[in-house]
Amino acid sequence: MKSQRDILVIDDEPVITRAVSRICAEEGLSVDAADSGEAALDMLGVRSYRLILCDIMMTDPDGFGFLKEATLRRHKTPIVMATGYATLENAVRSLTEGAADFIAKPFTADELLAVVRRTLRGRQLQNEAAAGGRRDSLAFVPCPPKYFRLGNVSWVKEEREGTALIGLNDLFLKTIEGVSGFELSPVKDETAQGAVCATVTSAAGDRHAVACPVGGRIVEVNAAAKADPTAVEKDPYFEGWLYRVVPTDLQTDLKRLISCSSDRL
Amino acid sequence: MLRRRIGYKLTAAVAATALVTISVFAYVNVRSHGRSLLAEVERHANQLSETVKSGTEYDMLGNHRERIHESIKRMRNQSSIERIRVMNKSGAVIYSSDAAEIGKMVDKKAESCYMCHSAGAPIERLNTKERTRVFRLQPDGPRTLGIINPIYNAPSCWTAACHAHPRSQVVLGVLDVTLPLAEADKNIRLAQMEVVVFALSAILALSLIVAYLVRIWVDLPVAELVTATRRVAGGDLRYTIEERRQDELGMLARSFNNMTGKLSEARLQLFQSDKLASLGRLAAGVAHEINNPLTGVLTYSSFLLKRTKDQPELQEDLKVIVRETIRSREIVKSLLDFARQSVPKKSEADINEIVSRAASVVESQLALNHVAISRNLDANIPKAAVDANQLQQVFINLFVNASDAIGPKGGTITVSSAALSLSPVGITQIKKAQCPKRHSLIDGEVRIDGKPSVRLKARSEGNEGFIYLNPMYAMGAHHHGIPVDDQKAIELFCPECSVSLIQPSRECPQCGAAVYAFESPPKGLVEGCSRKGCDWQRWEEVDATGAREFIELRVHDDGCGIAKEQLPKIFEPFYSTKGQKGTGLGLSVIWGIVDNHNGTISVESEPGAGTTFVLRFPVKA
Repeated sequence: MKSQRDILVIDDEPVITRAVSRICAEEGLSVDAADSGEAALDMLGVRSYRLILCDIMMTDPDGFGFLKEATLRRHKTPIVMATGYATLENAVRSLTEGAADFIAKPFTADELLAVVRRTLRGRQLQNEAAAGGRRDSLAFVPCPPKYFRLGNVSWVKEEREGTALIGLNDLFLKTIEGVSGFELSPVKDETAQGAVCATVTSAAGDRHAVACPVGGRIVEVNAAAKADPTAVEKDPYFEGWLYRVVPTDLQTDLKRLISCSSDRL
Repeated sequence: MLRRRIGYKLTAAVAATALVTISVFAYVNVRSHGRSLLAEVERHANQLSETVKSGTEYDMLGNHRERIHESIKRMRNQSSIERIRVMNKSGAVIYSSDAAEIGKMVDKKAESCYMCHSAGAPIERLNTKERTRVFRLQPDGPRTLGIINPIYNAPSCWTAACHAHPRSQVVLGVLDVTLPLAEADKNIRLAQMEVVVFALSAILALSLIVAYLVRIWVDLPVAELVTATRRVAGGDLRYTIEERRQDELGMLARSFNNMTGKLSEARLQLFQSDKLASLGRLAAGVAHEINNPLTGVLTYSSFLLKRTKDQPELQEDLKVIVRETIRSREIVKSLLDFARQSVPKKSEADINEIVSRAASVVESQLALNHVAISRNLDANIPKAAVDANQLQQVFINLFVNASDAIGPKGGTITVSSAALSLSPVGITQIKKAQCPKRHSLIDGEVRIDGKPSVRLKARSEGNEGFIYLNPMYAMGAHHHGIPVDDQKAIELFCPECSVSLIQPSRECPQCGAAVYAFESPPKGLVEGCSRKGCDWQRWEEVDATGAREFIELRVHDDGCGIAKEQLPKIFEPFYSTKGQKGTGLGLSVIWGIVDNHNGTISVESEPGAGTTFVLRFPVKA
């Protein structure tokens, strides 16, 4: 039986691994650090982790190489990718390649803890759903067919008029354990795929950034959701949508998202 | 070099042609002139000789020898006669103006005799031409013309008292008169000289005139073209040739100017996109390099902030560090936003507040250089939807630039804000344009004043090409990719599907020409006059909104100012006058940010007096 630690952080910058270690340690989480993907793969053979935080911009293998290798080895540990703002495309790509979530560098302690907590909670929910069978599958509602999702965070649904609706995944809402408020972008704002388009404050006071599934111009903000955050929690896929957007290039953006229809197969 | 010049070749060819034709003409002319002069002398000699003959005839019949001698001598005294003599049939000189000759025999081979005696048996009748001869008495002496006049036997001769001649004799003797040709020869030489002088001066004049004309019609414009090509090859694409001529070289000059104009535009765009591309790479590199240290600062400082909740004296300072680090993060983001032409994150904000915040960030630093910031902000300006971080960056950059322009001697930066409303004409940009089949007409390749143009396919008199419309509403200055006559009808199509954009039932209210129209979603139809030179455009939905509210900000410094030729360049990436001090990114980033806010930035400057940057942001985007 492998010994269990909470988090494995992989980054070629020692200052970052050290900072992450100290922040997580303060929260009572045990952290191991690796300065390369290769070292990390070695460590995975010795210990098991509840979460892996991996930088994308590393050398040999880079974050994607590590992600691929870890997926091949059927590690169940959720992997959160850390990436600079310069590589939003990378962030989106990592989510389709099996990463659980991503965090944009540079991040604050609170931003890091928010993503760590929601990923740990999300994994717990998914495990419960898998272990519990039918009854517990109600732990979260998966997104409906014909929807596309960006990781487990947000979804987009194309509308007939050429517009698209954007909303939050139920799993995301469940993982943050209670919504106390939204910070939404105003109408006419332009947004890009992977960019932060909303911030959700959890009941515990954590602020979670919501990455936008598609780029486009916001033409409508759901007033009902803005007025009452619980409306989103109640019906995240229909009445609880957040934005109506005119997408800039929907077809290209959709190719980088996960189809909810394929989730059900 | 000289030999290769067209002017030289042309002049030489003209001179050679003139030389040949004039020489032939002169030769023929001189010869005929000489001949006619000689003929005149011959005629004169013949008359003279006839006169002598008839003058002495009576005395001959009377055989008055002394009187004949006297007559001949007197006649000889005329200057135009060299010698008069009479020879008998056997060649003896009977009478002569030269007394010494009398009685001497003349050789039959002599000039005066061989005419008749050369062919063995003497010829008895000769015409005038055959009776004359031209010879020189001395080998180097002047020419002389001699004429012989045979004295034929007549009834009076054989019936005369002396009975000196029998009836059977045909020719009794010969009268030989010689005249000097010096005068005639002099005239001929004079005529020759005149012709040669005329020929030479004609050739010279012709060559000079041709050389002069070639110089002003060919050499100078060609030299101008050569200079222009050299200047253009040397990189000066703004160099133009004066287009004052209407001939082929004038056409060449015009098309040359046209070409350099196109070239310069193309180069500018290439340059711009090249710069933007390298800026993008640089930005991505900077972002990556700076992100890691920034992550260290942000994680540690935010971690400390969490850990020291019970130490309020630390909390304040740590909050500043975290806030400023987050701002740095936003700066890196905006740098990338600019590189990818991304859009700002806007929220309702008080621009005065943003300006004040930017001023307070740099104020202490500027105070070191004795530069003060004077605020002249209108408290009543409305809030606008802007990205506060980006705008703060804009003002910080403008303040630092202004302070650099002021220099160490110190000065004042004045920042003022005001609300104003402007009519939509000239300030509204056509950002979307589509044909009825929804093909986009926007062309990012060809930009007018840095903004993507509206591209239409145009056909006029068999020419087909593109017209690029200025995206600024009703500002004219469209760009015609093909030559278009402003009087001729022009057809306009969608470049993609060739659907006609001409409105059949409409005509331009200003000039009556055909009207084109395209959709600019979601703001309705844009119409415009198709005639080149007419700038009429109508955009009903924009016109309907009437004047738009803007917030105008002016950042004025009393620094060194910007030279006029630098003004158009200052918003280009990497254009810097600060040498090693600046990276040249500042103003182009500012331009990008302002543009992303649908705002405008312009600059007014006078070297030595200072510079004012004028920024306008729409209150409602």
